[in-house]
Amino acid sequence: MKKSGHDSLFGSGGKFHVNEKGYYGEFGGAFIPEMLYPNVEELRQKYLEIMNEESFQKEFHQLLKDYVGRPSPLYFAKRLSEKHGAKIYLKREDLNHTGAHKVNNTVGQILMAKRLGKTRIIAETGAGQHGVATATVCALMGIHCVVYMGEIDIARQAPNVARMKMLGAEVRPATSGSKTLKDATNEAIRDWINNPVDTHYIIGSAIGPHPYPDMVTRFQSVISEEIKWQLMEKEGRENPDYVVACIGGGSNAAGTYYHFLDEPEVGIIAVEAAGKGIDSGESAATSALGKIGIIHGCKTMLMQTADGQITEPYSISAGLDYPGVGPMHSHLYTSGRAEFYSATDDEAMTAGLELSQLEGIIPAIESGHAFAIFQHKKFKPDDVVVMSLSGRGDKDLQTYIDYFKI
Amino acid sequence: MNRIQQKLREDKKLLSIYFTAGYPSLKSTVQIIEDLEKNGVDMIEIGLPFSDPLADGPTIQESSTAALKNGMTSDVLFKQLKDIRKTVSIPLIIMGYFNPVLQYGVEKFCKKCHEIGIDGLILPDLPLDVYESDYKAIFEKYGLLNMFLITPQTSDERIRQIDKASKGFIYMVSSASVTGSKSGFGKEQEAYFERIAALKLANPQIVGFGIKDIETFEKATRKAKGAIIGSAFIKFLTENGTGNIHSFINKIR
Repeated sequence: MKKSGHDSLFGSGGKFHVNEKGYYGEFGGAFIPEMLYPNVEELRQKYLEIMNEESFQKEFHQLLKDYVGRPSPLYFAKRLSEKHGAKIYLKREDLNHTGAHKVNNTVGQILMAKRLGKTRIIAETGAGQHGVATATVCALMGIHCVVYMGEIDIARQAPNVARMKMLGAEVRPATSGSKTLKDATNEAIRDWINNPVDTHYIIGSAIGPHPYPDMVTRFQSVISEEIKWQLMEKEGRENPDYVVACIGGGSNAAGTYYHFLDEPEVGIIAVEAAGKGIDSGESAATSALGKIGIIHGCKTMLMQTADGQITEPYSISAGLDYPGVGPMHSHLYTSGRAEFYSATDDEAMTAGLELSQLEGIIPAIESGHAFAIFQHKKFKPDDVVVMSLSGRGDKDLQTYIDYFKI
Repeated sequence: MNRIQQKLREDKKLLSIYFTAGYPSLKSTVQIIEDLEKNGVDMIEIGLPFSDPLADGPTIQESSTAALKNGMTSDVLFKQLKDIRKTVSIPLIIMGYFNPVLQYGVEKFCKKCHEIGIDGLILPDLPLDVYESDYKAIFEKYGLLNMFLITPQTSDERIRQIDKASKGFIYMVSSASVTGSKSGFGKEQEAYFERIAALKLANPQIVGFGIKDIETFEKATRKAKGAIIGSAFIKFLTENGTGNIHSFINKIR
């Protein structure tokens, strides 16, 4: 039975949701220089109103259905379930157009940008998935698109750079700092400061100044909205025992958790990237290594020195290589609502190979981190565990080849 | 009265200089401040370097990265400035991003500033509402002024709000840009300068971003009380070192 309506666009007002000032507990807010204030304030005032317009919802859901290919299947992974002794379902965001969950948000934000009268789009990207998803919707709408990408990521994600260019986007290298996602985000913010009138910044994760974390989460919440009715069809219940997702900035996780936040019987599990190990100095496990601070316009957990300088993260997966985590997730962590784990490069790669060979699905390395949960936590045989399979592994083939010497 | 407020009463156009503490070398901070005062600079913004300076262009980004590599931290800066009031009497402002201040502890940071004789702070990413609700009392306890920014996109209504919250000067960003990116002022800037002058604000305005020489300084201060030079001065230090700061300042003063 399919649930009707579009309730993913309406907040429930629960204690794990954003409050009217833009905070999740003590996290969030808009710590932005005055140059960004008019743009962010315009968005803050209008985003809910625009999202709740009937014409907006109609266009958004039509595009998700006909262009993205939603609903994405909820697939019972029989062999993986047998191996790990639980009823494991995969939410197949990897089957979306462009190969990951990122497109749910870019479809929403491009429609938002159009209604705000913006004629130029900027975005940051790490692995290139959000860049491709942004370039895609800009091509669809005929809007000029500039994507900032760290110089190092440009080198390690060459196929996605080519895809963005083919889609007509301009890819600008970020050459400052660590030359990865954090620096690409800095450059995108600087571009927005320089182009305050005609430009909309499509942030790809559940980060940034309020209202971005909430807006991105609402667009991604279609994931958990679908899980509810799909699980009802398959299991006769809306709520699983657990939902599991990987977290970099945290957009796929935010969408996967959203409709379960206020359902205490649903366990929420987050898996961060431990890189070469939490204590190795080469890690991106923000909850374990971070402290509260300000990054990219919001107050959240982030990895930093005692002096407040933001440190360089590391993960084999470019999409998780970020020194902070979205403010909603910081709140889920500190409040104890979610269980946080971290998976090393090795554990994530092993989990990716296992999924490939047991289910015939090659996941993105980001998603591989989520599947490494089975190396850390033992579930009960009748536990229903829904895994966010956030992206497909095509973009990571070279990394898999090098790692496994295939 | 705070030194900034006193300075703003003087009957002249004020020249303020921004530089990054710990650049070009870790130990150049005090010498640069002393030389700037000797050569007739009215006010100094001491930049506390940050790893991710969102509102800055390449020049200040690079000087910040270099300063951090040189070993600059909040603690080191405070140690360097310990005796600064024995030799320097012009207003000194620390300008930086909010995270390093937050990690140091806002109260502890303000207390240190007070002990040293710092007169105010400019923290572009500390928003007005958060300042007023969480930190204003602390700043006032230690006699520190907090300067806010306005830009050509800031609405009159918000400018009035900022004016009301300010007790020193308003930092008037000259154009929609990060630091160091515009050269020269056109019609757009002039219209903006006129608009702000017509608002007859309670606080004087000091213009920043895009001022690099006598021509831009004069244009910027036709209506405003003063102007800040940042990137152009840092470029000068990069090219000429710290030995002849007078030759840069004398072209403007």
